Amino acid sequence: MIDNFDSIPPADSKTLKATQKFNVIAHDIAKIDGEGLVLGRPAFADDLAPANALYVKLVRSPHAFARIISIDPSEALALPGVACVLTWKDCPRVPITRAGQGNPEPSPHDRFILDEYVRYVGDEVAVVAAEDEATAEKAAMLVKVQYEVLQPVLDFEKALDNPIVIHPEPEIHEMFPIGFEPKRNIAAAYNMEIGNVEQELAKSPVQVETTVHTQAQQHVALEPHTAFSYIDIHGRLVIVTSTQNPWHTRRLLALALQMPLRQIRIIKPRIGGGFGGKQHIHIEPYVAMVTLKTGKPARLALTRREVFEATFTRHEMRVKVRLGANSDGKLNAIDMQVLSNTGAYGEHALTVFMVAGSKTLPLYNKVNAVRFGGHVVYTNKVSAGAFRGYGAIQGLTGLESAMDELAHKIGIDPVELRRKNMIHEGETSDVFRIMGEGTEGVAMTIESCKLEECIARGKELIGWNPDRLVWEVAPGKVRAMGMAIAMQGSGLPLIDMGSARIEFQDGGFFKLHVGATDLGTGSDTILAQIAAEELGVDVESIVVYSSDTDNTPFDVGAYASSTTYVSGSAVVKAARSLKKKLIEAVAQKFGVDPAFVIFDNKTFKTLNGSKSLSLYDFSFDTLYHDGERMKTIEATESFTGAKSPPPYLAGFVEIELDKETGKVEVIHYVSVADVGTPINPNLATIQIEGAALQGIGLALYEDVRYSERGHMLSHNLMTYAIPSREDVGRITVELVDSYEPSGPFGAKSAGEIGIDTPPAAISNAIRNAIGIRLTDYPFTPERVLMAIDKAKTEGAN
Amino acid sequence: MTITIYINGKREILECQPGDMLTEVLRKAGYVEVKKGCDTASCGACTVLIEDKPVLSCSYLAVRADGKRITTIQGVAEEAKKFAQFLTAEGADQCGFCAPGFALTVLSMKKELRNPSEAEIRHYLSGNLCRCSGYEGQIRAIKKYLEAVHD
Repeated sequence: MIDNFDSIPPADSKTLKATQKFNVIAHDIAKIDGEGLVLGRPAFADDLAPANALYVKLVRSPHAFARIISIDPSEALALPGVACVLTWKDCPRVPITRAGQGNPEPSPHDRFILDEYVRYVGDEVAVVAAEDEATAEKAAMLVKVQYEVLQPVLDFEKALDNPIVIHPEPEIHEMFPIGFEPKRNIAAAYNMEIGNVEQELAKSPVQVETTVHTQAQQHVALEPHTAFSYIDIHGRLVIVTSTQNPWHTRRLLALALQMPLRQIRIIKPRIGGGFGGKQHIHIEPYVAMVTLKTGKPARLALTRREVFEATFTRHEMRVKVRLGANSDGKLNAIDMQVLSNTGAYGEHALTVFMVAGSKTLPLYNKVNAVRFGGHVVYTNKVSAGAFRGYGAIQGLTGLESAMDELAHKIGIDPVELRRKNMIHEGETSDVFRIMGEGTEGVAMTIESCKLEECIARGKELIGWNPDRLVWEVAPGKVRAMGMAIAMQGSGLPLIDMGSARIEFQDGGFFKLHVGATDLGTGSDTILAQIAAEELGVDVESIVVYSSDTDNTPFDVGAYASSTTYVSGSAVVKAARSLKKKLIEAVAQKFGVDPAFVIFDNKTFKTLNGSKSLSLYDFSFDTLYHDGERMKTIEATESFTGAKSPPPYLAGFVEIELDKETGKVEVIHYVSVADVGTPINPNLATIQIEGAALQGIGLALYEDVRYSERGHMLSHNLMTYAIPSREDVGRITVELVDSYEPSGPFGAKSAGEIGIDTPPAAISNAIRNAIGIRLTDYPFTPERVLMAIDKAKTEGAN
Repeated sequence: MTITIYINGKREILECQPGDMLTEVLRKAGYVEVKKGCDTASCGACTVLIEDKPVLSCSYLAVRADGKRITTIQGVAEEAKKFAQFLTAEGADQCGFCAPGFALTVLSMKKELRNPSEAEIRHYLSGNLCRCSGYEGQIRAIKKYLEAVHD
């Protein structure tokens, strides 16, 4: 049953400033695990691994595409201390996906834990375990592998219908129709059209076409992927791992290892950042195989190089956008055609690609026609997977670049062009209904959208003047501004489900157990805030335990901007239900109807004040003193969204561009966001600040580079630069007053939206600075300079 | 072979191989507050103090530490707790994986630089990468911390 929370917000609350009505919500509570993390207390998987665990190392492919002729482990096995060497022959021949997604997964099952074929440099070939790390490393080097090297497909523009087929194996399949055509190197495909786009374009007096190419990007969570496993007293397999989705991990592993689900327990300890990079099974199968084979605990911490070469990246995309508009800027049609590179395996292939349209096109909902389509192709590069922004950032970069081209063509303020066409409260878009997560979508009316306010405040903060979007600051040096707007979602409606259990404890505190997965974002803290607010107690009264498939209730995990909205709503329901049970129990004790009992300031009272009992005293009564009435008072509730209310954001940037060197510097980035009620304004703000910098990194610095033979050249933090503390001038984030009626205390999501605007806003600023649209990301000094030179040459001709 | 180090005021004799880096040797000895983030001396998560100076232990041979004084974040826990209050008050601790190395570097900066400007703070800490926070909240926290503990 779908719960819409009709009763949470008072009718007049929509415009109230959140802080006026909450005790705990909208307060800057410090993260509950913060001090322990700063002090470096054992918290992450590798900190907790048992001392007797075998060290696991992986033998990886040196070739982009090859068939394994033979594997000879004899020399490795002869090394003292080596416990086992496992190869594809030791694995069940079951196609799986490594994508942490719902069931059935919208990703093709096109992968084996280990296979006879390797499809990118770094693909897993064999698993080696030894008593110490040095021996494991040495043994991995002694495993003799003979390959038949095959010609790879590296350029995603040449993958479609290439005579080289990356996935010829017969067992692989899709779970439901996703356009999977492996013989054509297509992992997924999709097309949709509302209205008649060609007709609307043809009759539009102004048309623009813009194509952008966004590159693969690395997540670079500071903690590398890490796990350890052991067999518990009951003979069950336990894996402690840096995962964003314990339940999906358990389900995917059960399939991969052909084990019953009940034999597996997944525990997520603290994890050192995710950003989508840990929404997959990358390491768990290998420690599990070793533990199952040897009966001993096993540990695996990827090196940074392995994280780069052999976990996932963002999907590289080519996004072509055509717009048709009237001469006043009213949009008539949008056409977005996408080619996406999923790399060697199709994890998240369809869904990331679809989000390029589904979470961007509804921004401009007043068009007469809109079309989206394209392919997701296989190449012999490392797989792409989930990454904050999840397609929306790629699609939006194309759309918002095209919008600025349109503004230039018409000669109006790009801000005004957007205001004329963008979505408002009370409106909808057919795209919501048509495009979902690999399936049909869910129709939705937008109940909270403060884009106008975001834009107005953003303009103020950056000092936007449409007549002065570029100015010279020194000979050859210009400053320029650009902007873009964005939307995202809040969970996957009717797909994502989260649960919470709250149990009353002696001493008068509450255990809050959630399946939700804190990646370091602070979700344990905000879920405690939500429970405290609903129960009417302080945050200190809530003790949180999360993400353990044995000991916490189900949750799909932390992705798709779902935790606050989906898991948070489950916490509201559980707290409400528990409060009702507490009052009923006390009413019984008082011998009155529950309607006459109130709970306030940690005390139960009858309405007339005749009876009173502290929460503290009652906690001992119900567990120790009340004879036959004694019981554990607890409540478990679940939530799935009937909709996915989008957060909105306006991003503005001031850059300095050096025409002599081509260097682009971000002087100031402004993000003003509508995330509904920020449950914890500090933590919401930091999400958006961090995301902005990650988006700036994509726009200017970060690039996954390969050699001609498919070896990754950018495989460490020296060759793959993420922004440092000195790279960006200033990032200003503000949250506007907003209230989402369907969300917990008015909240929507905040985790992803912040990354979406920088690539387009910076592109638009560069366009304003030099009159040229750069289309290939990242905008390195070389590319900027080449564009300037090319324009000069063409101008001279 | 063995090395003798004086870590957080305690004398420890640790087993190591000639090529071992200090991070691994410390973690194996239970000092798991020293985090391993990159292996290339790029991220700062493995920072420890050697003779009171911040050093990236992932590229410091363990044998070089023989006979030296080493401080991890646990060795300056009281000061670190104070800084943690300011960091968490801004929500800028986030995943916390980089936090012990980062906090140690902040405490070193406090000793080394008097009234640092924001540019000086950013420069001193530029070797401590954070992928979560975007750095802004950390800068806010550091400024408030330095103001509060200023003597």
